[in-house]
Amino acid sequence: MLRYITNRVLVAIPTLLLVSIFVFMLQKLLPGDPILVLAGEDRDPETIAMLRELYRMNDPLIMQYLYWLGDVMRGDLGISLRTGLPVTELIVQKLPVTLQLAVMSLTFALLIGVPAGVMSAVKKGTFWDYLANFIALSGLSVPNFWLGIMLILLISVNLGWLPASGYESPWVDPVRSFQTMLMPSIVLGTALAATLMRHTRSSMLGVLQADYVRTARAKGLREKTVIRYHAFRNALLPIITLSAVMFGELLAGAVLTEQIFTIPGFGKMIVDAVFNRDYAVVQGVVLVTATGFIVINLLADILYVLLNPRMRANL
Amino acid sequence: MKATTLMMTLLGTVAIGSMAAAADIRIGLNEDPDSLDPAQSRTFVSSLVYESLCDRLFNTNTDMEIIPELATEWEFSEDGLSLVIQLREGVTHHDGTPFNAESAMRVLERNQTLPTSNRRGELSSIVGMETTGEHELTLTLGAPDVTLIAQLAHHAGRMYSPDAAAAADEAGRTFGANPVCTGAYKFAQRVEGDRIVLERFEDHWDAENYHFDRVIYQPIPDTTVRLANVRSGDLDISERTAPSDVPQIRNDDRLQLFEVPNIGYQGITINVGNGPRSEGPLGSDARVRQALSLSIDREALNQVVFEGQYVVGNQWAAPGTTWYDERDPVPARDVERARELLAEAGVETPLRIEMQTGNNPVAMQQGQVIQAMAAEAGFEISLRATEFATLLSENAAGNFDMSQQGWSGRIDPDANIHPFVSCEGANNDKKYCNEEIDRILQEARTLPDFESRKALYDQSREILAEDMPLIYLYHIVYFYTLRQGIEGFEPYADGIIRLRGVTG
Repeated sequence: MLRYITNRVLVAIPTLLLVSIFVFMLQKLLPGDPILVLAGEDRDPETIAMLRELYRMNDPLIMQYLYWLGDVMRGDLGISLRTGLPVTELIVQKLPVTLQLAVMSLTFALLIGVPAGVMSAVKKGTFWDYLANFIALSGLSVPNFWLGIMLILLISVNLGWLPASGYESPWVDPVRSFQTMLMPSIVLGTALAATLMRHTRSSMLGVLQADYVRTARAKGLREKTVIRYHAFRNALLPIITLSAVMFGELLAGAVLTEQIFTIPGFGKMIVDAVFNRDYAVVQGVVLVTATGFIVINLLADILYVLLNPRMRANL
Repeated sequence: MKATTLMMTLLGTVAIGSMAAAADIRIGLNEDPDSLDPAQSRTFVSSLVYESLCDRLFNTNTDMEIIPELATEWEFSEDGLSLVIQLREGVTHHDGTPFNAESAMRVLERNQTLPTSNRRGELSSIVGMETTGEHELTLTLGAPDVTLIAQLAHHAGRMYSPDAAAAADEAGRTFGANPVCTGAYKFAQRVEGDRIVLERFEDHWDAENYHFDRVIYQPIPDTTVRLANVRSGDLDISERTAPSDVPQIRNDDRLQLFEVPNIGYQGITINVGNGPRSEGPLGSDARVRQALSLSIDREALNQVVFEGQYVVGNQWAAPGTTWYDERDPVPARDVERARELLAEAGVETPLRIEMQTGNNPVAMQQGQVIQAMAAEAGFEISLRATEFATLLSENAAGNFDMSQQGWSGRIDPDANIHPFVSCEGANNDKKYCNEEIDRILQEARTLPDFESRKALYDQSREILAEDMPLIYLYHIVYFYTLRQGIEGFEPYADGIIRLRGVTG
C-alpha cells in the first residue's frame, strides 16, 4: 500500500510540472499585454517601460518560467500584478472559501442525488422513477446563472430570508456564513445532484440484477436489508469515484456561481486574473488546484482499494 | 417531494434576516479596486475607496471646481514656476504621526520616485520641493503647469503616512495591503474580490461630519445582483446602476435614484497614422471620417442601447458643461451629406472597415447599431469583439481601423484631450499628429485664467472637428441606487462617492 502511494506521489510531480509549463505557455500565447492593463487609463510611457523591466517582461519566455519556478521552490508564488498583493496570501484567503463551497455543494448533491438515484432504481418504471428522472433532467438543463438570479430575487429580494450575495467566514460568524453559502451551494449542487442521481440509478440497477443479490433475496432477507447492505454498498464504488472528480472540479472554482453570488473563491479570482493577464495569480491558482485534484483522486483511489478487496490483491 | 420539504425547512431555519449593523454603510462597487497604495493605483474605482481612506490636497465641489481639503490656500508665482501651498493644521495620519509640510513633501517625493509609481507623469512638472514653513510647501516647476492642481486633486494628491510607506517599502511589504492615510476612515481589512472594510478614525480633523462607524465596500460586478442587494437591504448604496434598470428603480418605493453626467466621454478612435492599417480611405481622408460621423444618429444610439438615459455628444466635454463649445452643437444625422462626402473623397462604396469593440453585450450592441446606421451611407463595417487586454494591445500595435474609445474623464481639460490628440500623447494609439494642435494644447497648459484657456480649447475643437481622428458619441450618466433612509447623498460628476454629511 505504502509503495502504491509513494509511486502515485512521484508520478504527481512531473504532472504538476507539465501542467505549470502548459498553463504558463498558454497564457503567454494569449494576445494582450498585461503591462498596458497595469499602466491604467493614463498609460504613462515611463511607467510602462519601468513595469516591463520590473516584471521581467523583456526576458525570454523560458527565463520568465524559470524565474517563476525558482520562486515557487522557495515557497514564493509571486505578486499579483493587479492588486500588488502576494499570490500566496490571496490563495490562503480564497482556499477556505472554495473548500467551503465545494463541501456544501457536494453535500447537498449527495443528500439529494444518491437517495433519489436509489429510489429511482428500486422503484424502476413507477411514478417515482419518472419523477426523479424528470427532476434530474431539469437540474441538468437549468443554467446556473438563471437559477442563481431567480433564487436571489425570490429568496433574498421578495422573502428576505437569506443575504443576496457576499461571503462571511465560518470562524467569524458561522450562522451568516451558512446563510451566505446556502443559495450558491444549492445552485451548484443542483446540477451535481442530477448527475449523481443518474449514476446512482444505473449503478444500482446493475447491482440489483447481480447473482448475489438474487441469492440474498432467496435467503429470505428483507428487501430493505438486501438494498441497504448488499446492493447499495457495492453500487457506491463508482459514486465515490464520481464524487471525487466532482470535488476536484469544484476546487478549481465555479466561475458563474461565484460571480452571481459574489463569493471570493478561486473561480472568480482566476477569471479576473486571466482578463487582467495577471500571470502569477493564474499560475499559482492552477498549481494549487491541480495539486488538490491529484490529492483528492489519490484519496479516492485509496478509499476504493480499502472498500474493494479484489483491488487489494492486484497491488 | 421529501427533498423539497427538507430544503424549505432548512431555508426557514436559517432565515433570520441579514441586516447590517446600523452604524455600517455598505457600498456596492462595479469592480474590485486595484492596489490601495495611492502611488500605484490606476483605476477609477480605487478613488471611491480613497475618498474615505486618504484625504487629498484638493477636492472638487459638485460643479467640479477645485476646493480646499488638506491644502487650505495656494498661489502660483507670477512666472508660473513656483506654487506655494498652505496645509491644514491639526491633521494626523492614522498611525498618529502628524501631517505637515515635511510629510506632504515626502509623499510627493515617493510618488515621483517609487519604482512602481504610476504618478510620475502626473507630477513631472515638479522639479523641486521645499518646506517653507511647518505647514507651507513650495513646489518649483520646470515650466508653468496649471494642470498640476487638478493632478493634486486626484491620486497624486492623496496623502498617506510617509513613515508607514517607507517602513513597508524597506521591508519589501506591499504598502497597499495595509494603507495608512489621513481620511475620515482607517483601513481595517481587505478580502480581495469580496470586501474592503474601513473603520472610523476618531482623530480626523472633520470627524463630526462623518456618521458611520464602518464603511464596507463590496465589489459586485453583476449590475442585477448589485441592485438586488440594495433591494434586499444588504447594500445601502450601489454605484453605476445599469441604465436598463433605471425605469424600474424610479417606480420602487424602497429605493432612491441619483444621477449625474460623467466628465468623461465615449466615442470611436480612428487609426490615422499607426502603421499600414491607417493607409486606407478612412485613415487617410478626413472627409471619410466626417461621413462616418454624419451617418450616426447619436440620439437613436442612446435610445436603443442606453434606454435614452445617457447624454449624446460631439466633443470631449458634454453639452451644457463649462468647457463645451456651444458654437458646435451635436450634429443631426445626415446620410445624404455623408454619401456626398464619400463621393468627393472618390471612395468606392461599400467601404469595408473593421471596428474593434469590447466583448461585453453593451459594447457589441453599440457596435451593431453603428454598423447598421453607417451601412446606409456606404460603409460596410465588420465588428471584432475582443476582451479588454487584447483590445488595448491591438490598439497600441496599430492593428485596427477604428476602435471604441472610452475615457472616465478628469477635472482639468488638459487630461481629457492632450493624451489623445497630441503627437506624443500616451493614449494616442491612432497616432494623430498635428503641430498646430500640439502648440495650442501646450499653450493652454500655461494659462491660469479660464477665458484664455477656453478660447484655446475651442480653437483645438475646430481643428479636430475638421481632422476628426476621434468621433465623440455620448457621455455616460452615473446612476446611484440608494436604499430609502440614506440621507445627505449628493452625486458628483467625477463619480466619486463622498460620505461627508451622509446619514442613514
